[in-house]
Amino acid sequence: MSLAADIAVQRGSLHLEVAFAVEPGQVLVLLGPNGAGKSSVLRVLAGLLPPDAGLLVLNDAVLDDPSAERHVPPHERPIGMVFQDYLLFPHLSTVDNVAFGLRSKGVPKAQARTAALGWLHRVGLVDYAKAKPGDLSGGQAQRVALARALIGSPELLLLDEPLAALDARTKLEVRADLRRHLSEYQGATVMVSHDPIDAMALADEVAVIEQGRVVQSGPPAELARRPRTDYVARLIGLTLLAGNAEGMQVRLDSGASVAIADPAFGSVYVAIRPETVAIYPAQPHGSPRNVWPARVASATPHGSAVRCDLSGPVPLTADLTATAFAELGLGPGSEVWATVKAHEVEVYAR
Amino acid sequence: MRNATAGTRIPLALLLPALVGFAFLVLPMVGLVIRAPWSDLLQRLAEPQVGQALRLSMITATIATAVSMVLGVPIAWVLARSNIRGRSILRALVTVPLVLPPVVGGVALFMVLGRRGIIGSWLYETFGFSLPFTTTAVVIAETFVAMPFLIISVEGALRAADARFEDAAATLGAGGWSTFHRVTLPLVAPGIAAGAVLCWARALGEFGATITFAGNFPGTTQTMPLAVYLALQSDPEAAIVLSLVLLAVSLATLALLRERWLTRR
Repeated sequence: MSLAADIAVQRGSLHLEVAFAVEPGQVLVLLGPNGAGKSSVLRVLAGLLPPDAGLLVLNDAVLDDPSAERHVPPHERPIGMVFQDYLLFPHLSTVDNVAFGLRSKGVPKAQARTAALGWLHRVGLVDYAKAKPGDLSGGQAQRVALARALIGSPELLLLDEPLAALDARTKLEVRADLRRHLSEYQGATVMVSHDPIDAMALADEVAVIEQGRVVQSGPPAELARRPRTDYVARLIGLTLLAGNAEGMQVRLDSGASVAIADPAFGSVYVAIRPETVAIYPAQPHGSPRNVWPARVASATPHGSAVRCDLSGPVPLTADLTATAFAELGLGPGSEVWATVKAHEVEVYAR
Repeated sequence: MRNATAGTRIPLALLLPALVGFAFLVLPMVGLVIRAPWSDLLQRLAEPQVGQALRLSMITATIATAVSMVLGVPIAWVLARSNIRGRSILRALVTVPLVLPPVVGGVALFMVLGRRGIIGSWLYETFGFSLPFTTTAVVIAETFVAMPFLIISVEGALRAADARFEDAAATLGAGGWSTFHRVTLPLVAPGIAAGAVLCWARALGEFGATITFAGNFPGTTQTMPLAVYLALQSDPEAAIVLSLVLLAVSLATLALLRERWLTRR
């Protein structure tokens, strides 16, 4: 019971060749720059773009097998898809948009509407049932699109940059919502994004795609710790820590606490970028900031920097210049002090 | 779009021909209004042959528009969405009636559907009926001439519409036909409406193909334009009255279209 994809497509000058698998209940994020071929992969999974070669299997059903001339058309696939700009049908009300998939399956109108209202209730938009998509905000439209995709209980959920069209503030809120819905969803999810925070916050597995190829894949923390290419290192270096915000500090699940610059409350994520972590051989004193003892667990050079994986009360990833790394005489096992300024800690709702 | 700077004078070499052209386009209509027998207009409008011709014109133009929609929208869809081979040739063929002199269209219809025509002879031998000189022939002639207007308009609307909505419908389990009537059709409805109005106006004014293929029989095939032409020979005032009616209908059509175009966004 899972998705297994091994597909090749020629799109203009871009030759796309990727392979991955997703288990039910798991979220795979395809991360990469624009034009890397992420969206084409999603279109192949949806059946909107037949692959030139390969094999696509969803829960023991072969969806694409060009060698056997097998291609299941999109409307016969058990999928739900959220498009980048949502593509809510402008002529239909919100409730009819959500009911669309059930109506396609021949569910009677009244029954489909009742189910759609239930879903609108779940995404907190039942008051907007009669509104037209044009009257919804970006965040609301995203939630309607998600409800529309999930109502048919698809075996595979496809999300194409579901947060890209939102402004920064809405994004935080909608990302937290999306996370909740994804954790309740039983099927496999494949999401395309260019935003590493989406990947860190939502993914069980990340596959980084560059120029049509998967350059590295694995759990997000693993990718952050051991980036295999410069691109991956730049893309997903941040350390993500779960905790509970109590005003000006966040109590981590591990017991340690992190000072933050703006007050926050409740269940949050703390994100720390590796370039904001400073390393000292002895405990530093001075301006108020986060200071933790740490041990260098591993060090991987990439470009002119060295990425250090630090263990301790607050596990961190730090980027040092090669010179600094050498001057400090660091190596695996070195005991150091790590500091991060409070205003360089990002906080967002879990 | 930015207008020319405020002080710019219109060059005389452009202004003069523009004025002459404007007068040329507007004066005939003014003349029609001036010469109209306003005093006994109502009385003349009430004459049976006027009502008869008007009713026939309205009915045939409406049926021709309906037929054009039923056949033309699918053609437009094939032209805009499918990738069948020879699509550009198909488009060229479909638009031929747009530039073809209507009389030639009438003759062509005669060759195919006339009693001795390719299909017409078979119709006559099998069912014993012949199309030319019937009201049906009027509808056929009008459809032949007017349908390309609808096709062009709807194809343009389909090309302008975002085809990704159709992708979205497909991922929601909607097959081709379901997607077409639940998503595509509502999205291009304004384009279809505009095309239908154009088509109807063209059908209403149809003369050449109609008189060639359907003849000029009061009550069955004598539409307004034919009645105008005939009246001009014997009773010019009647011709003016009929023309005024057509002018009024045309202006109403234009107003309807402008409304459409102005309120589209």
